[in-house]
Amino acid sequence: MEFLQYFGGVFEPLSFALLVFGTIGGLILGATPGLSPTMAVALLIPFTFQLQPTQGLILLGAAYTATVAGGAVSAILLKIPGAPANIATALDGHEMAKAGQGAKALHVSFLASGVGGIIGVFLLIFLTPVLAKWALAFGPSHLFWMAILGVTIIGSLDSKSFVKGLLSGCLGFWLSMIGYDDIQGAQRFIFTDALTGGVNVITALIGIFAIPQVIDMFAKGRQPMSVSAITIEKQSLGDSLKLLFQNIKALSIGTVIGSIVGLIPGVGGQIAGLVSYDQSKKFSKHREKYGTGHPEGVIAAESANNAMVGPSLVPLLTLSIPGSPTAAVLLGGLLIHGIFPGSDLFENHPQVAWTFINSMLIGQVLMVIFGIWIAGYAARVAQVPTAIMASCVTVLAVFGAYSVQQSMGDVYIMATLGIAMFFLEKFGFSAAPLVLGLILGPIAESNFIQGSMIANAMDGPAAYFLFGPLNLFLIALVFASIAYSFLMSRRQSAVSLSEPSSEVGGAQ
Amino acid sequence: MKLKVFGAAIALSVLALGSSVANAADYPERPISVMVSYGAGGATDFQARIVTMMAGGEDFLTQPIVIINKPGAGGRVGWNWFATEAENDGYTLGAYNIPHFVAQSIEGGVKYSADSFEPIANWGSDPAVVVVGKDSEYNTIGELVDFAKANPGKVTLSGAGLYVGHHIAALQMEKATGAKMAYIPTKGGGAAAMKAVIAGDVIAGINNLSDAYRAREAGNVKILAVADLERNEQFLPDVPTFMEAGYEVDNSSVNFRGLMVPKGTDPAIIDMLAEKVPAMFEHARVKKQMDAGGSPLKIMTRAEVQKMWADREVYLTELLAGLK
Repeated sequence: MEFLQYFGGVFEPLSFALLVFGTIGGLILGATPGLSPTMAVALLIPFTFQLQPTQGLILLGAAYTATVAGGAVSAILLKIPGAPANIATALDGHEMAKAGQGAKALHVSFLASGVGGIIGVFLLIFLTPVLAKWALAFGPSHLFWMAILGVTIIGSLDSKSFVKGLLSGCLGFWLSMIGYDDIQGAQRFIFTDALTGGVNVITALIGIFAIPQVIDMFAKGRQPMSVSAITIEKQSLGDSLKLLFQNIKALSIGTVIGSIVGLIPGVGGQIAGLVSYDQSKKFSKHREKYGTGHPEGVIAAESANNAMVGPSLVPLLTLSIPGSPTAAVLLGGLLIHGIFPGSDLFENHPQVAWTFINSMLIGQVLMVIFGIWIAGYAARVAQVPTAIMASCVTVLAVFGAYSVQQSMGDVYIMATLGIAMFFLEKFGFSAAPLVLGLILGPIAESNFIQGSMIANAMDGPAAYFLFGPLNLFLIALVFASIAYSFLMSRRQSAVSLSEPSSEVGGAQ
Repeated sequence: MKLKVFGAAIALSVLALGSSVANAADYPERPISVMVSYGAGGATDFQARIVTMMAGGEDFLTQPIVIINKPGAGGRVGWNWFATEAENDGYTLGAYNIPHFVAQSIEGGVKYSADSFEPIANWGSDPAVVVVGKDSEYNTIGELVDFAKANPGKVTLSGAGLYVGHHIAALQMEKATGAKMAYIPTKGGGAAAMKAVIAGDVIAGINNLSDAYRAREAGNVKILAVADLERNEQFLPDVPTFMEAGYEVDNSSVNFRGLMVPKGTDPAIIDMLAEKVPAMFEHARVKKQMDAGGSPLKIMTRAEVQKMWADREVYLTELLAGLK
């Protein structure tokens, strides 16, 4: 309970002001497409040069927490996920916003984020030594199987057809291969300079989510002015809380999966939201409602991506290994004050370590408060006329794609992928599996190649990839996941076969 | 007719000359950007932000410096951009990493070489070191090399990618010891390579001195040797160099970082920068922040950097010749 002694530090005037500033700023940055949590934290680092270490970290921690949650705002209202963590949020959240339930979607998203986030930070506080071992247990072979496990959910994710889902995933895999391969030194599919660095996930994300709907909106704009005024439903906080606790199952699944996946260095943050969305769908009684504006989907995704924040810092704080790009930036923020994460941090600077962790706890609460406060206003975005909306989304998409690495090349890539996705959607392919392929491709590939190189120096690939308890456990999960999807699709087709006949029977 | 064209050409070139002279005299009149070809938060980015933070001072450039990140493909994206698209008006500087960009240009497939850029000054040097996990059975570089000699190809060495300092150090180590080892490049930079060592995925690893020092402070690794000409007295006085251990590995893999401008920048601007920038790197606050992060400061003038680039070019061409 050591952390309780250090709560005072969070409530010092300057510290608290920074916490509030970091939270509000983080929400705004997070809601801006293209500004990922990593970049938001990196942008703030120069400000911490002038601050005390503790205060600097409070600012960074608050910004990290709030940007992850803030990404949900653009995902829900504009269907532009601010970061990979928010992809799953867009699937149901945007459908809700289109139906005038934007406030409800934002409320549950912030509440779920808060609950997930607080539990995640508690895990960081109480279980750090245990979790650190777990984070290190994942070598290349295990990460490879993790990625394959991710592949097994591609087919069932947001797609009417299993095969088309898989095909979308394959396209994503292929896109991920473009660029210079740092492990084997090969140049792949680089037809133009802009592709040397490959397809950036955030650039792709903006293109394939935002552009197809922009085209749709413009297409509608050509029709005579049939103003379909959306009525924005008012949402009281009490109702939202009730809704959250009615869906306690989705909340628990999201939190648990987010915490576990968040721990794994190099994988966690990006897929936590998607994996828990998929799992909560599989365990849900209302599986068919997912993707049509079902609050459960938002809750599962958002609780997962904030639950991941705390555990994702475990490898950094205990072993000085940054497990995610954001953690790497935070490491820079620590180093600049001469603080080395690891045993040094907790033994010699407990004040810094615990104040930082506590500030993330308070930051989660502040994030929920400010998030709820803006939700009512933000939801009115859905009432903006289509033509204006389409223009705004286009501007944001271009701005977002450019700001990822200050490159016009990325804007062209974003537009190309977006236009291609528009046509693919017409043929029943969907965006989420494609992005998941793009994220998992490099993880599967690089870990397979690294694993093979290591295996060849040891006892050969078979022993390295197929044996050992963790490998076997993950392989079992892969098979279980495939079997489950297969059974479900058979049961569903059985249901859909029997349903029409019973209807026919009823009519007679 | 011809004369007219000739005359116009002269008039134009005089104009152009005139404007560039005016530029050099007023330079700098607006903020200067520094292109870093690695992501925000990486070691190069982080150090570039520290060493340029005093730029706005009266004694230095009088204008602030802004960092622009163009990451991708191990630095190739940024340097390609810098060689082909960056304006050579003195307002766009770039950060270089040696031996990375020289080795990449020798490997081929990029649009730059050492001739595409003009160095200004060097700010840091981060030597490569050999690390093993804290419970490793190897306590000296000699023990590790002996095992590698007895078991060719069995020693796995992690490092941050291909054609970077770590890769060069691994190649030099193999060449100097005659022992065959398996170099495992990781995606995700030095941090991923360090994780592989600490978790026991590989037997040993090559990493940056600054990161290895930190990992050792945290009680995670042992550092066996440093690939430099001298020991690092500030951070690792107890770790021998390869030379001291009896292996001919010099400082060719040391990661030098500094500032440069594109070829064709006005010589007057280059001279002005070459004079002011090293003084800016020497500022006490820069030194304090760099020390705090465990990042060795190594300030070199333009002339020294030019010689270092030329030496690396010759040496790396020879070392990498066997690889192609």
